[in-house]
Amino acid sequence: MREIFDSTLERLFSDLVTVDVVLAAEGGNWPTELWQNIEESGFTMALVPEELGGAGASWADVCGIIRLCGRFNLPVPLPEAMLANWLLGASGLEGVAGTLSFASAGDLRIENGVVSGSVTGVPWGREVSRIVAIAQGEVPTVVLLSVEAAGLEPSANTAGEARDTFVFASVKPLAAAALPTAVGTRVLETGGAMLRAAQIAGALEATLNLTSTYAGERVQFGKAIGSFQAIQHQIAVLSEHAAASVMAAEAAFAESGDTFAVLQVMAAKICASEAAGIAASVAHGVHGAIGFTHEHALHLTTRRLWSWRSEYGSLTYWSQQLGRAICAGGSGSLWPAITCGALAEAKEVTV
Amino acid sequence: MSIDQFKYSRIPPEAEALRGDVRAILADALKDYPTIRRADSWMGFDAEFSRRLGAQGWVGMALPKAYGGGDASPFARYVVIEELLAAGAPVSAHWFADRQSGPQILHYGTDAQRDRHLPAICRGEQFFCIGMSEPNSGSDLASIKTRAVRKGEKWVINGQKVWTTNAHRSHYMIALVRTGENSKRQEGLSQFIIDLSLPGITIRPIKDLTGSEHFNEVFFDDLVVGDDAIIGTEGQGWSQVTAELAFERSGPERFLSSIALLHTLIDAVGKHPDALQAKEIGRLAARLVTLRHMSLAVTAQLAAGKNPAWEASVVKDLGAVFEQEIPELAQLLCELPPTSAGGCDHAQVLAYLTQMAPSFSLRGGTREILRGIIARGLGLR
Repeated sequence: MREIFDSTLERLFSDLVTVDVVLAAEGGNWPTELWQNIEESGFTMALVPEELGGAGASWADVCGIIRLCGRFNLPVPLPEAMLANWLLGASGLEGVAGTLSFASAGDLRIENGVVSGSVTGVPWGREVSRIVAIAQGEVPTVVLLSVEAAGLEPSANTAGEARDTFVFASVKPLAAAALPTAVGTRVLETGGAMLRAAQIAGALEATLNLTSTYAGERVQFGKAIGSFQAIQHQIAVLSEHAAASVMAAEAAFAESGDTFAVLQVMAAKICASEAAGIAASVAHGVHGAIGFTHEHALHLTTRRLWSWRSEYGSLTYWSQQLGRAICAGGSGSLWPAITCGALAEAKEVTV
Repeated sequence: MSIDQFKYSRIPPEAEALRGDVRAILADALKDYPTIRRADSWMGFDAEFSRRLGAQGWVGMALPKAYGGGDASPFARYVVIEELLAAGAPVSAHWFADRQSGPQILHYGTDAQRDRHLPAICRGEQFFCIGMSEPNSGSDLASIKTRAVRKGEKWVINGQKVWTTNAHRSHYMIALVRTGENSKRQEGLSQFIIDLSLPGITIRPIKDLTGSEHFNEVFFDDLVVGDDAIIGTEGQGWSQVTAELAFERSGPERFLSSIALLHTLIDAVGKHPDALQAKEIGRLAARLVTLRHMSLAVTAQLAAGKNPAWEASVVKDLGAVFEQEIPELAQLLCELPPTSAGGCDHAQVLAYLTQMAPSFSLRGGTREILRGIIARGLGLR
């Protein structure tokens, strides 16, 4: 299944996600044709169980897809729609077609069947018609909300990707269900971290390809700059971090099922967030002044790396949670946690 | 090369099932083993412990049963060796035979060589060292000068090896020596299994900066060995050695050398770390999780008969950076000076591993050599 997913999407992206499309999207021009093709491909519903209208794919099946979204600087919320639909499906609600995103941060409350409060940092918020969020109430509740009736405060990350705030006042959700008890209230934050870890891994692959290709072509002092050992070693380090990030993201997706494999997700987001800064630094250093221009495509990737590493928990945020959990268990808890892939002392970071 | 070669591989359940036994036996065998000796990691030498592991079936366990091994999968071996390393068990006596010499003899050796060496390796009774480096030939391994000259059915070997770990307490060395003259330096090299009790061999320990004696210089003066000492094919030593290096560069020993210090650091920090302590300990744990996944991915490739030289170099370099970061962070996170005498366990382990750390990016291939291999894989050279 995975090979078919990956090759289908790679073809689609190769055709439709051009530099012009990405730049236009950053300027506020929604890529209608691209989104239509993605929706028709059915990938936004991939993680919804078949009986609820989806393809019944697992997280393990879709890591490659999310990496591709990162590799191509995809300027539409496919990863977001997949996670939002996954949570709907996991809550027994039908998956929804159309533009969809999710909100992990905010102070939504549900009382008497209506939702009030605000959510922040909603990816592609102004471009989508609906979002999935968790509202507090008698029990934590998964809600599907139309954004039409909400107040919008636009915001954007360094890559010009919308990260908006919405304010809801007594809005009736389009669908609602109690959050399954096995799933923690921070599930969207953890899921978002896992998505961004894989997107960063994909973006690092793109960064590595761009950088090693450029180093092989750019001539200074009579030879390709890639033939200088100092350059070679920098790109080698970049490739090490790209490989580590790919591996960590793959592990997180492979071990996540009905709930997220929290330790693996934390490791993936921590490694990816660290790698993002290192990779962007090496890539810009190797590209020289040309990579700093708007005309060159490198910044499409590096500006995303600089944002994604901070979204859904930075290196510091997740490292501190993981570090506290390990210290709480003492040295004896470290190795068992590493080998069984789960934290015994991780109550505070359970999602 | 391709980053996609890092495919996520779970340890199969039958291999994972070993872990409980290993932990139980190590907990008992090492209950009085001091913390500072655990910091030796895979350099800790205890012949009696190696024999005990051999009796347990955990030395040479991936070798065929016919030779005393366990026919175990590479993953089963992985579980055992990572548990040994995490516990700081003294594995150095049998380490090189288990990791390299045994598999090499199985793969390239004659029936007679297999019969002579493999059962004794599996019993944890026969120890090997690896004779690669020479004076002025460390990173530039193809420049070695030790030479074997054929005299009838014998070979006469003259030259010198250096930095040979455990030469002074091993029974055999597998040495890379020059047997022919070629315009290409990598050609005309062969590997010999050398009985270290033969006349014509002088072994002199080299003290390291901590005062310990792990490695040696080894001199060959008209050392005479038989034709049957050659392992593999005459003239193919270089390809044999480079294939071996993927095994040497990707195992858990390449990122667990400082694990004893990470353990003492966690306990020195206590149950309520401050923000910086929590951050750095968490970051190290995340790196450890990921390095282990990468190492297992390379193990899966080796098990499939591939030669993941590029991937192994990635693991080794990233692993050495990690191992060297731990002492740096340990001194940064706690106001506790390192002590080489007196002081608490953590202060002693900190002192020891701070001093050992420079070797982590030297042994098994320097950082510069590894990054060169990685760059070559990327098509940059």
